[in-house]
This record gives sequence, structure tokens and C-alpha cells, in this order.
Amino acid sequence: MSNATLVPEARKISTEPRRSDKVFRGIVTTGGLSSLVILGLIALFLAYRGYEVLQQEGLGFITKAEWAITTDDAGNVLESHFGLSAMLVGTILCSLVAVVIALPISVFSALFLNFYAPNWMKKILIAIVDMMAAFPSILFGIWGFLVLMPSVEYWGKLINKYLGWIPLFEVKPYFFTRSPFVAGVVLAIMIIPIITSVSREIFAQAPLDRIQAAFALGATRWAMIKAVVIPHGRSGVIGGAMLGLGRAMGETVAVYTVLNIVFQINWHVLLGAGGNVASLIILKFGEASPYEIKALMAAGLILFLLTLVVNALANVIVKSTGKSGR
Amino acid sequence: MIQTPESEKEMTSSAQPSSLASVANAKSPRTQPTKATGTGLETRGIHAWFGKNHVLSNVNLEFAAGSVTALIGPSGCGKSTFIRTINRMHEFIPGAAMAGEVLLDGKDVYAPGVDVTKIRLQIGMVFQKPNPFPSMTIGENVLSGIKLAQLKVDNKDELLEECLVRAGLWNEVKDRLNTHGGSLSGGQQQRLCIARALAVRPQVLLMDEPCSALDPGSTLRIEETIRELSDTMTIVIVTHNMQQAARVSDYTAFFLSDGGPGEMIEVSRTSEIFSQPKDQRTENYVTGRFG
Repeated sequence: MSNATLVPEARKISTEPRRSDKVFRGIVTTGGLSSLVILGLIALFLAYRGYEVLQQEGLGFITKAEWAITTDDAGNVLESHFGLSAMLVGTILCSLVAVVIALPISVFSALFLNFYAPNWMKKILIAIVDMMAAFPSILFGIWGFLVLMPSVEYWGKLINKYLGWIPLFEVKPYFFTRSPFVAGVVLAIMIIPIITSVSREIFAQAPLDRIQAAFALGATRWAMIKAVVIPHGRSGVIGGAMLGLGRAMGETVAVYTVLNIVFQINWHVLLGAGGNVASLIILKFGEASPYEIKALMAAGLILFLLTLVVNALANVIVKSTGKSGR
Repeated sequence: MIQTPESEKEMTSSAQPSSLASVANAKSPRTQPTKATGTGLETRGIHAWFGKNHVLSNVNLEFAAGSVTALIGPSGCGKSTFIRTINRMHEFIPGAAMAGEVLLDGKDVYAPGVDVTKIRLQIGMVFQKPNPFPSMTIGENVLSGIKLAQLKVDNKDELLEECLVRAGLWNEVKDRLNTHGGSLSGGQQQRLCIARALAVRPQVLLMDEPCSALDPGSTLRIEETIRELSDTMTIVIVTHNMQQAARVSDYTAFFLSDGGPGEMIEVSRTSEIFSQPKDQRTENYVTGRFG
């Protein structure tokens, strides 16, 4: 007779937290939600202010490449054409260049700091890298414009000479100054600190017993890093790169200083024409008419959404590659 | 204190060239494990420090080729530190220092110009906590040493099977060599780590409390493995389990620290250490009166 053991319903389990816990929970929840609320309010504000322009331009706002407004003497808008595509392409191009350059440099410096640098040097270098992160971006921009550009132009010419057959590196007309490549290099320097420090943190957490296991099997330092540290840190490094990409996409002043803002879609990374959404906003904001300001707000909203999409993508990538190393 | 190797083993080992590179010359196929090679291992006047803390004092031991030596003694007496000086893992700890000589086939492993990665290939190690590489499959784990040290192997599948068979794990994992090592139980993981250590064909295998985290069944399997391996290599095992020392080892060395640096008190045939130790402190320890 097996029905002697009746299988009961699962019980409902509840707990009544203490008063102190409730208070703390409230404080923490407020903190956590406030960033969400602030972000939401900004998005709402941008959407509200930009709505008129977005409705007027429709999908053309992100597919067309022009920025023109004519007003009569009284300030009434006679005709306006707003399209962001050139700036969106520029945003993506500059920040991709930045990440492609900054990622290897950052990963190598993180590996150096963790596994090769002597202790005294490590402390100094970490302080310097962190200081780089706090450096005002306008200074990077000015330095990039005055000092870096001639060299980067030269590198650009070299790349064009030997790899010019790749469409990406084509330059017609032959004009290299103030190209997305130059802006990308400046951005790369700006995002190296963040990618380095994220990578360094994650590499430092590589499990010591696995590191010892690798060494005990006759691994060289580099072989150990390949076998243990990099698989462990891969997802973290990708996360850091995406953080850097986000920063690069939103960067305003440095790009504005360096880049030649032209309303024409330009996928040729070495050609001196481009711009990004943020630098467009700063370029036009000062002398914009009320209607144009609405267009700039809409541009801000689009940039905001682009960043959101990139971050979401980053999350997907981190999650899909994260498990193998742990 | 000098151990006399069992005569048979000594003959086989001295008949072979002292090949430091039993792995490096993997061109000549060695499908069957050979008898233990080399003339064994010797430590002379080993001292160890962590910073200013002197943790190990003047350890002189000889390990005959093909013998199993157990290191026993209470916690903190420097046993683990001692075996980590043998394969130069000691120096990874910041502030760690050592003095003395570790002679493998008569050559000092700390001599200037010695390639430390080669030393660690010849002197393998199994750790207290099983530590397979989580990003690799079972098969990749076994062959990881080959890859890490960039060795050439003619037949990887054969080596894989041989190592897993010798580690006593083949039957349990042969159908899932491509799954990740983390899916194994603790005892299986430890045997995987033994198989991994065997794949680079070490002359000496150091085991640092290899069974301390394992259940009795897995412990038994690993002890069987140790007995089988001792035909082909020199084994040094740290253990807190005196029954285990008695079961697996030919020789036993007793370590003790009286507050100062750890010292090696006595070494002898295992049967003698447990039946008629020469030192009173050894007797106290093995009979369970302290420690």
C-alpha cells in the first residue's frame, strides 16, 4: 500500500524582515532606482523636446545626411532638413577605431601590471593610468590636434599606401587631415585607462590554484596566461571594451576639436571628413534657433538609444562568452 | 639517514642513461611506461623563509628512484614548503627565499642558467585541492601540460588513454572526454590532475596532501594509483593520514617544528618509523600522543 505517504502541497515560505532591515532595504532601493529614474527623465525630456522634429523628418532623421535650416528675418522657419546618418556613421567609426587600438594596448598593460611589473613600478603605473582617466578631455583634444595629428596623418598615409585596396582604407580625394582615424586615436588614448583598469581587476582574480597548476606543468609565464588568465578574464575584458566603446561614442569635446565635421556619409576611416553626434550638438548648440535646438535634442535621443543598444549587445556578448572561463 | 634503494630498482635505473629529457625526446615512442629513470632526487641543507620568518631548517633527504616517500608531521612544520622547494614552486610566493641544494640526477635545480620550466616538467606536482583547468575539456586537461610546455607528441590519443588508465580514471570518463572537467566529482577531478601530471612524463611526482579533500573511496583509488606509479617514478607525498603513509610509502620522514623553523626529525623505512622509531618525538607523534 503505497498511498500511505501522501505527497503534500509545497508550503508557502515567507519571512517578516526586521525593522532595521526594512529601513536599509528602503535606502538601498532608493539609491538603485534613482539612477533609473534620472536616466528615464532625461530620455523623456529629450523625446518631448525632439518630438516635433522627429515627426517632421520621420525615418529620414537617421537615414539622410544633411543639416540645413533657413529662417526669415522674424525667425520663422521656412525650410529645414535634418538627417543624422553621417554623424551616426562617424560616431560608430571613430569609436570602433578607438576600441580596436585601445583594446590590445589595455590588455597588454593589464597583463604587464599583474604578472610582470615589479611591485614599486606597479603602484606608480596604476596611479598614472587612473590619473589618465580623470584627465580633462579638452586637453586630450588639443594635444591630439596640435601634437598627435601630424604623426597619425603619416600613419594614415602608410596604411593607405599598403592597404588602400581595402575599401575601408580608401582615400579619395587625397586628404588625410582631421580624419575619423585621428579622432579614433585620440579617443583610444582616452579609453585606455578604463579598459586597463577593468582588465587588471579581472586578471587579478584569476584563481591562484590554476595558475600554480599551469606553472607546475612546466608552463612559461606567457603559456600560463594563455591557458588560465585569459580564459578567466575574457568576458570581463569584453565588458571593459564595451564600457570604453560607450565612452568613446559619447565623447564630445575631444572629437569636436580634432574632427572635420562634414555632413556626408564617410566610411573611409582615413579620409578627413566625418563627425559624431555629440560633436554635432556642441557645434550647433551655441547659435541654434529654437527649432534647431529641438532637432539637436532629437539627435541626443538617438545617441542615447544607440548607446543603449550597444550596451545591451555588450551584455549579450559577455553572457554568451562568460561561462567557459569559470 | 641515507636511504638504500631497493636493489632491483637501482639496477634498472642505473642501467638507463640519466635522461633529463624523458619527455623532450618523445620522438622515440614510449607507449609503455618504462621503469623509473634517473638516479633519484636529493636535497641538501634546505632552508626556507617567508620574509624574515624562517620556516624550514636544514633538511637533508634522499629519494631513491622509484621509491615512495611519505612526509608526515603536524600542521605548520614545513612539509608543504619543503616539497614546493623541490620543484621551485616556493619562489612564486612573494618574499619567499630558500637556501641549500636540490639535486635531480646529481644536478642542482637551482643552478644559474637552469630552465625552471624544464625542472617542473621533470618534477610534477599534484596539489591538495583538485585544480583542473575549467576552460578545458577532460581530454584537453590531460594534455594541457603538453600544450603549455609546447612538447611534441606523436600519438595524442594513445597518451591520453595511457595517462587516464594509469590515474585510474579511464573507465569513468572514456565516453565523455569532451565534457568539461568541472562536471567530475572531487575524487575524479584529483585523478584527472594526476593524469595531467603524468602526461608530461615526470621523473618525480610531488603530492601535497592529495587526498585531504576526498572521500574514503576516492582516497583508496588514489592510493592504488600511487602504488602503481611507483614502478615508474619517484614519488614524494605529504600526508596527514598516518595510515595512508603506512599503506603507500617505502620510506617515511617525520617533520616537526617546536615553535621555530620546521626540521626533519627522522627518516627511515616506513615499517620502522611506525614500529620502532629512534626519536621519542616521532614515537609520540605516530602513536597519537600529540599532533
